[in-house]
Amino acid sequence: MIEYIVGHINYWLIVAIMMVGLYTLMSRSNLIKKLAGLSMFQTAVILFYVSLGKVTGGTVPIISEEYSVYSNPLPQVLMLTAIVVGVATTALGFALVIRIKEAYNSVEENEISAMDEKE
Amino acid sequence: MEQLTILLIVIPLMVAPITALIPSEKVTWLLTLIVCLISLAISCYILYEVIDGSHVIYELGGWRPPWGIEYKIDSLNAFVALIVSAMGCLSCLFAYRSVPDEIEEKMIPLFYAAFQLCLLGLLGIALTGDIFNLFVFLEISSLATYALISMGKNRKALTAAFSYLILGTIGATFFLIGVGFLFAASGSLNTADIASRFDSFKDMQLVETALIFMVMGIALKAAIFPLHSWLPNAYSQAPSTVGIFLSATATKVSIYVLLRILYDLYPVDYWVNMLLPQIMLSLGCVAVIYGSYRAWQQTEMKRLLAFSSIAQIGYIVIGFSLVSQLGLTAAILHLFNHALIKSTLFIGAGILLYRANTTELGSLRGLGRDMPWTFAAITLAGLSLIGVPGTVGFVTKWYLLEAAVEKGMWIVVITIVLGSVLAIGYVWKIVENLYFRSKRKVHIQDVPSGDSAIARTPKTMSAALWIGAILCIFFGLNTELSFEAASSAATALLKQ
Amino acid sequence: MTQLALTDLLILSMIIPIVGAIIISRLDKHINLRETVTIVTAIILFIINVDIYLSLDLDHAKDVAASRFTFAEPIKGLSIAFSATAFGSLFALIASGLWIATSIYAIGYMRAHNEKQQTRFYVLFAVAIAGVMAVAYSDNLFTLFLFYEILTVSTYPLVTHAGTRDARKGGKTYILILMGSSILFFLPAMVIVYFVSGTLTFQEGGILADNLDMIWAAPLLLMFLFGISKAGLMPLHKWLPAAMVAPTPVSALLHAVAVVKAGVFSVMKVVVFIFGTDFITESGANHWLIWIPLTTIVLASFIALTKDNLKERLAYSTISQLSYIILGALLANEAGILGGTMHIAMHAFAKIALFFAAGAILVASHKKYVSELAGLGRVMPFTFIVFTIGTLSIIGLPFFGGMWSKWYLISGGLSFQGPAATYWAVLIGLTVSSLLNIYYLLSIPMTAFFNKPVKSSTEGNHASGHPVGEGIKEAPLACLIGMAIPTFITIYLFFDPQVFYRLSSTLTNF
Repeated sequence: MIEYIVGHINYWLIVAIMMVGLYTLMSRSNLIKKLAGLSMFQTAVILFYVSLGKVTGGTVPIISEEYSVYSNPLPQVLMLTAIVVGVATTALGFALVIRIKEAYNSVEENEISAMDEKE
Repeated sequence: MEQLTILLIVIPLMVAPITALIPSEKVTWLLTLIVCLISLAISCYILYEVIDGSHVIYELGGWRPPWGIEYKIDSLNAFVALIVSAMGCLSCLFAYRSVPDEIEEKMIPLFYAAFQLCLLGLLGIALTGDIFNLFVFLEISSLATYALISMGKNRKALTAAFSYLILGTIGATFFLIGVGFLFAASGSLNTADIASRFDSFKDMQLVETALIFMVMGIALKAAIFPLHSWLPNAYSQAPSTVGIFLSATATKVSIYVLLRILYDLYPVDYWVNMLLPQIMLSLGCVAVIYGSYRAWQQTEMKRLLAFSSIAQIGYIVIGFSLVSQLGLTAAILHLFNHALIKSTLFIGAGILLYRANTTELGSLRGLGRDMPWTFAAITLAGLSLIGVPGTVGFVTKWYLLEAAVEKGMWIVVITIVLGSVLAIGYVWKIVENLYFRSKRKVHIQDVPSGDSAIARTPKTMSAALWIGAILCIFFGLNTELSFEAASSAATALLKQ
Repeated sequence: MTQLALTDLLILSMIIPIVGAIIISRLDKHINLRETVTIVTAIILFIINVDIYLSLDLDHAKDVAASRFTFAEPIKGLSIAFSATAFGSLFALIASGLWIATSIYAIGYMRAHNEKQQTRFYVLFAVAIAGVMAVAYSDNLFTLFLFYEILTVSTYPLVTHAGTRDARKGGKTYILILMGSSILFFLPAMVIVYFVSGTLTFQEGGILADNLDMIWAAPLLLMFLFGISKAGLMPLHKWLPAAMVAPTPVSALLHAVAVVKAGVFSVMKVVVFIFGTDFITESGANHWLIWIPLTTIVLASFIALTKDNLKERLAYSTISQLSYIILGALLANEAGILGGTMHIAMHAFAKIALFFAAGAILVASHKKYVSELAGLGRVMPFTFIVFTIGTLSIIGLPFFGGMWSKWYLISGGLSFQGPAATYWAVLIGLTVSSLLNIYYLLSIPMTAFFNKPVKSSTEGNHASGHPVGEGIKEAPLACLIGMAIPTFITIYLFFDPQVFYRLSSTLTNF
């Protein structure tokens, strides 16, 4: 049992980060904090992929004569794309938050909903 | 021939940044229209080539699969690509007068750039055969969508876009997790490769988890009940052109992804014995009743149409959860038919918004009598939504009913029929308010009512509306093309 | 006439009314030309239908395939197709013939009543008639369903013609019941039939016999009966009284002749050509289903008694009479089918005469309620003679066409093979209903001729236009001519029912 947990410690930590991110997303009413949670959630997934690619005893996937075992480069490459997507999403999210602040003068979700209800 | 398929991606990709830089509203519109028309032409050609069951294979960069990204196009891909590009053309035609009316001038080039990126993303999803590539295109189209929705006139568009962003990203990330699990299990990202080696890893728990994550993520994007909450706000607050394009394509493409996952990626017998078909079937039925009922309660036309979309998506879900040739054909056919119907209705709503500056049914009273042709087209599309024979809506209803009767699922039959009856209710609401109520003084900002400055419906908008309405009838009577494409797609999916 | 092929005649029968509609819509400014075009179109249509009738080889009525014409095939295996059948010809002849009478009548009525939007009225009428032609000549159940729905949609604007709040309310009930029931029941029933037998084409002897277990015959037939709510079976009959808000020519042609007859026509087609009378009798489906039309007949007659509004009373009388036809169909024996089908014709002529008379009364004296009609017969003798003749035909007395259909219906009831209780219920029901007919219909001309008129407008339950005797003349001439046509036909049909007899008997010849 212990070996199971310790052996997969990276996955457990990743799940923990994912859950923290999701929880922040759901429980905080401040829009910026929501975006922070979302960002954490995405980061955890990125870590998951990279972690998948690590081969025991493998090194960084750059060809060199001294090494024969490399970690899998594919997940790392995929995650470059995913990081870019994440950055774009976060940037778009923040741009929306700025516009919302201009329009509603608030970034608290409950206040915004209240203003919308009143209309 | 294979090179043509990549053009569907490359052309919008290259034109979009150029569009963003040109400050003229007419030129950017023209560029977008040209891109859409070229996409339509290419999609038609590809569909024509693959409709007999053959494939078109294109390897990106010449890298061989499964390490390289591969486009393997069969009739389902081509059909979805056709729907997306056709709807793009229709929305673009409508956009000519609508966009300058609803969006501020300096944002218009950016609007068209985002529109092309959205088109690009959706076409990419339709064509690709690599699941990570699919994620990338999914996010491209989603990000462009969030930006497009936020350009709506009302400030509620911003919150609608934001909530769609949060939920959409969660959905996409769930999908990504699923892809990761599947990648961990199989070591590959290529759909065909995973499917062919499936037996070697199918006993891993990981594979089942991957399926659930992917299905949940995509279900959120496809607005399958109960993951639909972003849709009413997004569709009703978006600018009219965006509403037309999205309602006809975004959820459809997500459902296409679901079909690929469930039928191509995973063999059918893998999940048929889990509770998955029963759950999806029940959710589909609930969606039909819930969506139709909520639509009936609405007082604003775009929101009403959005809830109606939820119900229609329910029909599609029912179709493919029946796991039969007929059911799948009905589902795929409805992707096409509903795109036609909903885009026509949203174009109608857009015209009303343009003329009367509102889509509140109470404020639109009697306007149908002033605009008889518009009203006639809206009524035709409405009849199609109900499923009156002679229209596209009826064709889907028929096949769905046949598929349900074939499986002996009487509750599903009753639900489908009940959904149509409820549709009579909410279509009636639109018709009654537009035509039969006494006229209200229509208030348009800064223009006193009765002034001849109140616009006449621009010809491009009417043209778009009537093209949609006529196609609703045409494809309701002559279903050769759509049925051929749908059933050969269904056969291909079921054979795997 | 010309040597046109049967197929061409069929196409013409549907195109001519549409062409007429288009021409009429352009003639808003020239009202006399417009009315002429309407009548000419109606006459041409009637001639075409007569031509079709004459071209039919009634002894080889089975050879329908020669005239089949397919328009489109939206769904694999389901085509929109038309063919010339004897039964279709019967319906088409009645509808197009009475269109002529109604057009003449409508000219008098609409002008005297100063109705607005008259052009729209004539245009929509023509479109609705085109729909009726399509229903009559449909070759399969799918085509029938398609034009059945189109008929609902195209008659809606006619029902709400007046544009008042009541008209809209009536129209809402009309369309919700008709469309709702057809989608809820008719459509799934059709899908089941298609699924079980692989086709929807009408065939003699029915298509279900070898394909469906007998135990399912009754529920399926029930779905059809409720789905085809144009036939006015209770409890889905409410649309009929609701549709009485329409102008009288609309009520007369569409709701005494075309729309409701499309309903019973569809029921008869389903019974004879989809189920097959043998299948129904063997499965015993009609043993308990027959209670539905039976109850409708009696109940509607009772309700008619209580109605003071003349048009409403006639509406419930129609509901009752329609169920006679359905009763005939469900008796599923030779006499029953014959009687039911002939009643389609006899009732059409008689009822339209009654509605024309009611409209004439409205136009000439502005009276809507039976209680105000006392003594009116003396100033409007022609109108009330028409009314009397229509009534006597409906009651089924000799010298009027209605006697024949009643005769065969009762004959069918006598030879009904079923549980004894049902057997006696049928006969008693028919008798009771005939007695009630006498009471609620015949009392009207009786009071009109023999009672003293109500003195002034303060007496009586309803404020009427003028008290009787003050300046009320007979209805306009066009109305009188329009009324006379069906009345004469009703009397003529007693002496020579050959045409309709021959057409109806083709339904029982196999």
